[in-house]
Amino acid sequence: MADHLSEHESRVVLTGDDIRRALARISHEILERNGGNRDLVLVGVQTRGVHIANRLATNIDLFEGFVPPVGSLDPRLFRDDPEQASVQPVRPTSIPVSLEGRPVVLVDDVLYTGRTVRAALNALSDFGRASTIQFAALVDRGHRELPIRPDYIGKNIPTARDERVKVKLSEVDEVDQVDLVRLARVGVEA
Amino acid sequence: MTTRDEVRTTKPDNGVADAGGGRVIEPDAQPQASAQIRHLLDVDSLTPEQITTLLDSSEGMLEVLSRDVKKTPALRGKTIVTVFYENSTRTRISFEEAGKILGADVINVSVSASSVSKGESLYNTALTLQAMQVDALVIRHPHSGAPHFVARYVNAPVVNAGDGLHAHPTQALLDLFTLRQKLGSMDGKKIAIVGDVLYSRVARSDILGLVKMGADVVLCGPPTLMPAGWRPGVSPTETGMESVRIAGDVGEALDGADAVMTLRIQRERQDAGHLPDLREYSNMYGINRRRLALAKKDAPLLHPGPMNEGVEISSDVAHGAQSVVEEQVRNGVAVRMAVLYAICSKGRDRAAGTDE
Repeated sequence: MADHLSEHESRVVLTGDDIRRALARISHEILERNGGNRDLVLVGVQTRGVHIANRLATNIDLFEGFVPPVGSLDPRLFRDDPEQASVQPVRPTSIPVSLEGRPVVLVDDVLYTGRTVRAALNALSDFGRASTIQFAALVDRGHRELPIRPDYIGKNIPTARDERVKVKLSEVDEVDQVDLVRLARVGVEA
Repeated sequence: MTTRDEVRTTKPDNGVADAGGGRVIEPDAQPQASAQIRHLLDVDSLTPEQITTLLDSSEGMLEVLSRDVKKTPALRGKTIVTVFYENSTRTRISFEEAGKILGADVINVSVSASSVSKGESLYNTALTLQAMQVDALVIRHPHSGAPHFVARYVNAPVVNAGDGLHAHPTQALLDLFTLRQKLGSMDGKKIAIVGDVLYSRVARSDILGLVKMGADVVLCGPPTLMPAGWRPGVSPTETGMESVRIAGDVGEALDGADAVMTLRIQRERQDAGHLPDLREYSNMYGINRRRLALAKKDAPLLHPGPMNEGVEISSDVAHGAQSVVEEQVRNGVAVRMAVLYAICSKGRDRAAGTDE
């Protein structure tokens, strides 16, 4: 992806411990907001959102003694800019229960323009009419292009447009860490 | 379908003989980015990575097919035209369903009811469709190379839905997808292909796809229906394909096979003198329970359809536990969704990295 950009400088903005604490807090906030509602469903956006949703479910089990079902969603077919389509394969969506009448927390790693969230909201509506849909993200980096706001946020990180937030999770990346990477333009793509 | 003359003229570039060699000439030929596909004209010009990406995407598309609400807006506002110069039910309906699930508008041009029956040339038909701003063209044509010809003159991406004796790339992809579901990796798997290899664009595309994905292919069929010089014991240097073998009889072909594909025998072949008798063909090459038992236990049995039950395949195995014919049809829709999505979603400007 974006092979005409090379990494210029990178700094750690969240350590593994920071991520763990942020997700613990978000788990408590979800329980507080939903009053321990056992109908709660977590839906992660592929791929890292799913890992975060699984961690939230583990926390909720720890704090409240029930495991909410976790779904995974690939909203790519609902995007208005399907350009990454041919680069990355479309992944199967799996929603284990009907969302009809249930509170749903949509989970992603980074909130940026809000376009992924919009696509995900459209995609979710085909799986039943949820009673509420809330949104949780580990990092909010700003630059919204749509009227979308998060309900739960791990950390606000002010960024420039030419920076990239890289979320690494031990499930897929060996470490738990969030980096802010400044990208240098090394060529122009036609 | 084809006369002997056409057979001769189309044979040299049939693709099997020069595996991986024949590049498609494209007027606006840009160096293809590794994963991007402009046209889908044959299997030759696909890399193993591109095939893998399409098959991975097909998994996601198959899930969409199983939803209660089988509709996404991915290709909303796009117009896909299918032009079939040959009869087809499953391929045309499959493309139509695939396009509609992705939200595109699909228009089917029936050749008998179109200007083609008034004598319009393929070139003019292509230009007319281009002038109507179609976003993708799906073409089936009795002459090998017709989709390549059209791709040279239109800007829209072109998908080959079967051309003459040459290629049927979406059938190859759906066969690869079905085999991957059943066998996992293709690497080193023995796949037996039985029947009319010479006239079958399905066989040609399947062989190329299987070889690219690392499978060992064993072919078996009447000598009159095998490419010239492809006889039992022929060396790979003569066929140009190292992992393709030609078996002496169907028992040898099926022995220990991980999967069995049988090809449709076109009844025209008997009139053309390639086959003395369909019953003799059935006796020597037809897949029945006894022969299928020679393959590995639970080896999937594939057929591209439509089946001539009692000729190349017996009814009991055609509808038996090992038959994956219906899965092939369902997978065909998913694979064609992946193909249409890949070729249609190109061409819009998008700044790199606008979302994480």
